[in-house]
Amino acid sequence: MSNILLISLIVLGVLGAVLAVVLYIVAQKFKVEENPLIDEVEVCLPGANCGGCGFAGCRALAEACVKQAAEKGNIDGLACPGTDMGKVAAVLGLTAAAFEPKIAVVRCNGSCQNSPAKVHYEGADICAFANTLYAGEGGCSKGCLGLGDCVKKCNFDALHIDKETGLPVVDPDKCVGCGVCAKTCPRGIIEVRPRGKKDRRVYVCCSNTDKGALVVKNCSVGCIGCQKCLKTCPFEAIEMRGNLAYIDPAKCKACGKCVEVCPRGSIHAVNFPPRKPKEEQPAEAPKVEKVEQEIPVTV
Amino acid sequence: MNPIKTFHKGGVHPEENKFSADQPIQDFPMPKQIIVPLGQCLGAPAECIVNKGDRVLTGQLIGTAKGFISANVHSPATGTVAKVDVVMDHTGYYKPAVFIDREENDEWVEGVINTDELLTDIKLDAKQIIDKVKECGIVGMGGATFPTHVKMMIPEGKKAEYVIINAAECEPYLTCDYRLLLEKTQEFLIGVKIVMKGVGADKGIIGIECNKMKAIELLDKTIQEHPDLYKGIEVQPLKTKYPQGGEKQIIKAITDREVPSGKLPIETGCVVVNVASTYAIYEAVQKNKPLIERIVTVTGKSVKHPSNFRVRFGTPADLLIEAVGGLPEGITDVINGGPMMGKSVSVTNFPCIKGTSGILLMTIKEAQDRRQTNCIRCGRCAHACPMGLQPFLLHKVAKQNNFEETEKNHIMDCIECGSCEFTCPANIPLLDYIRYGKAKTGAIIRARSQK
Amino acid sequence: MANYTISGSPHVHSTENTRKIMYRVILALVPALLVAIYYFGWYALRLTIVTVITCMLTEWLIQKFLIKGPLTINDGSAALTGLLLAFNVPANLPIWMAIVGSVVAIGIGKMAFGGLGKNPFNPALVGRVFMLVSFPTAMTTWPQAAPIFKAGFFTDAVTGPTPLGLLKESGASSLDHMQFVDMVLGNRGGAFGEVCAIALLIGAIYLIARKVIDLWTPLSILLTVFVFTGICYLVNPEMYIAPWYHLVYGGLILGAFFMATDMVTSPMTVRGKILFGFGIGLITVVIRLWGAYPEGVSFAILIMNAFTPLINKAFKPQVFGVVKPSKK
Repeated sequence: MSNILLISLIVLGVLGAVLAVVLYIVAQKFKVEENPLIDEVEVCLPGANCGGCGFAGCRALAEACVKQAAEKGNIDGLACPGTDMGKVAAVLGLTAAAFEPKIAVVRCNGSCQNSPAKVHYEGADICAFANTLYAGEGGCSKGCLGLGDCVKKCNFDALHIDKETGLPVVDPDKCVGCGVCAKTCPRGIIEVRPRGKKDRRVYVCCSNTDKGALVVKNCSVGCIGCQKCLKTCPFEAIEMRGNLAYIDPAKCKACGKCVEVCPRGSIHAVNFPPRKPKEEQPAEAPKVEKVEQEIPVTV
Repeated sequence: MNPIKTFHKGGVHPEENKFSADQPIQDFPMPKQIIVPLGQCLGAPAECIVNKGDRVLTGQLIGTAKGFISANVHSPATGTVAKVDVVMDHTGYYKPAVFIDREENDEWVEGVINTDELLTDIKLDAKQIIDKVKECGIVGMGGATFPTHVKMMIPEGKKAEYVIINAAECEPYLTCDYRLLLEKTQEFLIGVKIVMKGVGADKGIIGIECNKMKAIELLDKTIQEHPDLYKGIEVQPLKTKYPQGGEKQIIKAITDREVPSGKLPIETGCVVVNVASTYAIYEAVQKNKPLIERIVTVTGKSVKHPSNFRVRFGTPADLLIEAVGGLPEGITDVINGGPMMGKSVSVTNFPCIKGTSGILLMTIKEAQDRRQTNCIRCGRCAHACPMGLQPFLLHKVAKQNNFEETEKNHIMDCIECGSCEFTCPANIPLLDYIRYGKAKTGAIIRARSQK
Repeated sequence: MANYTISGSPHVHSTENTRKIMYRVILALVPALLVAIYYFGWYALRLTIVTVITCMLTEWLIQKFLIKGPLTINDGSAALTGLLLAFNVPANLPIWMAIVGSVVAIGIGKMAFGGLGKNPFNPALVGRVFMLVSFPTAMTTWPQAAPIFKAGFFTDAVTGPTPLGLLKESGASSLDHMQFVDMVLGNRGGAFGEVCAIALLIGAIYLIARKVIDLWTPLSILLTVFVFTGICYLVNPEMYIAPWYHLVYGGLILGAFFMATDMVTSPMTVRGKILFGFGIGLITVVIRLWGAYPEGVSFAILIMNAFTPLINKAFKPQVFGVVKPSKK
């Protein structure tokens, strides 16, 4: 009995030792020489492999950074949308362009209340497919279909469909602005915009370029292309795209004047302090307040 | 009568429900204003060539074809252009359309022979026939609305041996082709001759499903009465089975040739034309009449008087629904076309166009419960697929966005007949996912070939 | 304004659904159940009720509290599993064993994989094999059939070996006293669902007529068993019994028509089904003639279930318009 035990122990022990040696030799022989900088750079990146940078994953971006740093001495044009590339640049002993944090913005407010359903959809839960069938339950052909292609694609769990409005809501704490949702949306409703100073930003919450009369038919908060905001803006930050106002984030100073003049409440201002009701403009005050209530205020 | 033929792979047997089969075609009165969409065919919409305030005559060109796959649009009535605006059509989207305020009397454009006289002599030659078909804006009127002249242009090095007339009408409920065959038999047969001359084929075979025995007998009799006039035309009865009228299926059933995967039907030496299109070709070539009207079946289980109407394009569908006794209660699905391949519409006042073969009104009972359950891997979808695909697999990989696998499993061969979804006991929207996968896969393939 | 439904075509669907399929299979098993009650009395009925209820309850509890998904308890699939499980065990099995078997069948055999349609193995057979290896004595103590008008409804049945058990222990000659007619009618020992071939065939014909199952798998199984055992019989009639006895002894009919045809766990194409059936037939005979157990249908089906995904991959339907590359 003890003999068997002994033999087993010896055989297994020797086998283990031999294999360990073999493994060590193989590991040494086939070792891939890799720049240790790549690992250091990779640590700075989020590691979600979202693909927002245009590379297959975080490691691919790290490799590209190290390569370009060695060849050209800069990392221009390489950027992880959710990370301050300054950290990466510091690792590589370089400087990077100032980091501008971004966030996905859903440019549609055609909720169940604002754009009531006229028809009822039954079928596969894919926006891209429903898009081929009809304009949408509310009738707006540029509005959100609410089936959540963007939610399914988001790598950061930052998008959710609000059950009451039927629209996707971006979680500002989780969104890194990678833009996967913007590419996924069959109607191009989602846009990646800079978060803005103090996290304050102003945008047009509508994507409908149709004529005003058509928009009014289907939605109570859609942009009708009246151009009031365009005339009001002191910084010429607003342009018309078809019958849709577009606020250029590069020029916008977030003064919020356009929000006040919009007759449809299509322009949303996020994270602005609650406005004191002005006595001389009692008619407009409630409208603006209503808009602000809808927006989740983040710290 | 020839022995009955059929395709063998897959297929299903939906309830036929041809309620309007015995209803003669009625001319539908035109409304005060008609709305003519400019996009009435597969491919690019026509370009508008009239302006607000213009007076247009019946049959006058109002939209010219733009691009290779596109068809002309003609005015279906005499009147004044009220505006060129958008209208929500059967696609559920707002599309450009010409609004015409109609005058009381029809005034045809010059050159149109507006009589019922049967013209048997075909004066035009092959090229002229195709040009005429193109000029008159004729498209496949079975529902796909593919421009017919493109189909009739035989590519170099190919020869058309057979002209196959698709009179299968395998879609349940619809009877528009059947009525046309019964009422315009001679005109239709001349149409077949014209197509044969146009594509240079010696044989013309009319494939009809056996549930239309009356039409088969009538056609057989007419051909026998005029053996010289209708030389080369044959009637081929087909088994009642869906999708017998699929282009590839009808070729397989009649000639036993298989259209190779990814190729066009001309590879097998066949040109397949729909019944309504054939009649339209007759009208165009012999009478110089552009395509401005068609037969529309308005039907449904709860519809009071299912009917077949001859409708000018641009007539809003709700008028037709009113004419059959109004919208019955409990209607949940309004479908443009047949129940298997038609499209559900968002509004009932969409204008009738070249592809509107039927307006089908269904209650929730008819459309059936679509509560989804898990796939039980019964394989019925694969068994029903006339293309030999595996819909359950395509559904799965399309859902996973795995478009390499969809391509490998021949998703592009899907003819979207809906047999798989029809037969699925778990009510999975198989075809929805397959269409999604097909669109994505197609885009990837196109992107690759452009490189 | 009317609220129309927008959906992709087709807009009509066949009236078939999963529930109907399941209930049809249950209906097809009713004749066999009645025969079982006739031969085994109250015990058969009691066992069936216990397994069916336990299976349904297990599924309901798991869906309600573990998966927290939709409740599909009335789709009939759990009831069917319970029924098939009962059919595969001796009528006098202690109730607690039946309960354990049912919980294993549904819990491990089905719900652990995600529920209906996702299980690789036939749940009823998983439950049965689990019981067979856990409680070998109880699972192989077979009550003998005794018509209730003779023996009484509540009487304890006399136990004895099954024909295949006899065959294993004492060779072919020990079966001489048994009548083929008794075998077919079910007047023998065994799991109570499998004894009456006639009742099972009536159910099978109903299923085939209703197009719930097709003939390919069962035919392939029966033919394989018949040919294989036939060869053995011709080689040595002293040692092996005639092939027609093999068809009616044991659970072959039940297995071939009701368990191997389970859609979830069997191949989809005709060629796949034939291969699947051939495999089951082969393994069954190998186990019956040379294995440790007298009966091998359950194991054979479970083993071939494991091959189903492979068979599905290998035997795909031929795509229209795609010419197979010719072999050179």
